[in-house]
Amino acid sequence: MSDTGDASVLRARGLRKQYGKGEGLVRAVDDVDLDVASGETVAVTGPSGCGKSTLLHLLGGLDRPSGGELWLAGQRLDRMGERALARVRRDRVGFVFQAFHLMDELTAVENVELPGLLAGRSPRVARRRATELLERVGLADRARFLPSALSGGQRQRVAIARALVAQPTVVLADEPTGNLDSQSTLDVLRLFEKLHQAGQTLVVVTHDSRIAATADRLISMRDGAFVDETRLTGGTSGNLGALVDLEG
Amino acid sequence: MQQEVVLAMLAKEPSHGYQLRARLRQALGPLGDAMNDGQVYVTLTRLEKAGLVESQSAAGRPDRPDRKVYALTAAGQQRVAGWLTEVSWPRPDLTEFHLKLIAAAAAGLADPLSIVDAQRHELLRRLRDAQRAAMAEPDDSAAGLLLEGIVLRLQADLRWLEACERKWTPRRNRI
Repeated sequence: MSDTGDASVLRARGLRKQYGKGEGLVRAVDDVDLDVASGETVAVTGPSGCGKSTLLHLLGGLDRPSGGELWLAGQRLDRMGERALARVRRDRVGFVFQAFHLMDELTAVENVELPGLLAGRSPRVARRRATELLERVGLADRARFLPSALSGGQRQRVAIARALVAQPTVVLADEPTGNLDSQSTLDVLRLFEKLHQAGQTLVVVTHDSRIAATADRLISMRDGAFVDETRLTGGTSGNLGALVDLEG
Repeated sequence: MQQEVVLAMLAKEPSHGYQLRARLRQALGPLGDAMNDGQVYVTLTRLEKAGLVESQSAAGRPDRPDRKVYALTAAGQQRVAGWLTEVSWPRPDLTEFHLKLIAAAAAGLADPLSIVDAQRHELLRRLRDAQRAAMAEPDDSAAGLLLEGIVLRLQADLRWLEACERKWTPRRNRI
């Protein structure tokens, strides 16, 4: 019953999610153990249908596990009531999706301030916070633009700014670069790196090996289970030349 | 013809040259068409001289290479084991890697998936270096374009490794 006192901000034990019954039983998430430390960037990769998006939904309280235990910032989520869970989602978790999910009829700054307004902030406070965040993602000059006037990469940066409004314990991103071209992906990766340096905890589910390669820790998922985990330590920029046959 | 490829094809069991050729044909499909039949025998003769392979003539018909049965020596076994676990870089050769997985599985010497994992980790480390370097370049940098090319190539290699992984993953038994 006691809450965890260790350094993990996100912690899962034996986490499971299954659909269907008998022959049709699908174990979308199958007995997953996970610890994410504060400030860590973790990437989860795997083929379509391996369960990584389902896992992310469980971690963020968007979906309920079939079994296992789940803690976020010391609070146990798996048996929390609906109202309390909604509060955790609002105050503790920032979500970023592949399709951005911005409101088309609202400007960039209005999109970013929306969660603050819904959480009961005054319009002035919410606007100030939204303006700060747009500055942080490098879009201060696009604050009054509608999403339709922004590039894909700019829209995703607006969505990331929105995810940061409540100073969430963890940002959960589902294929954040899935719809982006190479340059926009680079912009999003730079932004994630900036957040990482500012101590933001980040869990990204992705097909994109560029995100996977730049994370602190990389987990491969298959058939609902973790099959490989690796820390790509280094930053051995010294042998970059080998990549273009300038040496060796 | 890379010597290790021929050696690895022998790791499963002692074989005639024509059997090795057939295995390579099967593994390479249309890509094997360019392979000269004589190449396998030339390679086998070199390997024998190097002490990595030994041969026995079948049924008293000396000096006909196509009648000989070839087998790995202890040194040959060692060479194959080393080749299977070595991560190929800086030029990951697709054909060589493909044959490595086939040979590893056929001879039961190594798990193809662990070979794929080792290669993936290496490529990811390279990608990390290249991507971090790209992130540090200003947008108008000329070097940024070259780095993008490197990143795209590494991504293509990684995607192919995903396909290798799918192919060599045994179907998980579900209760």
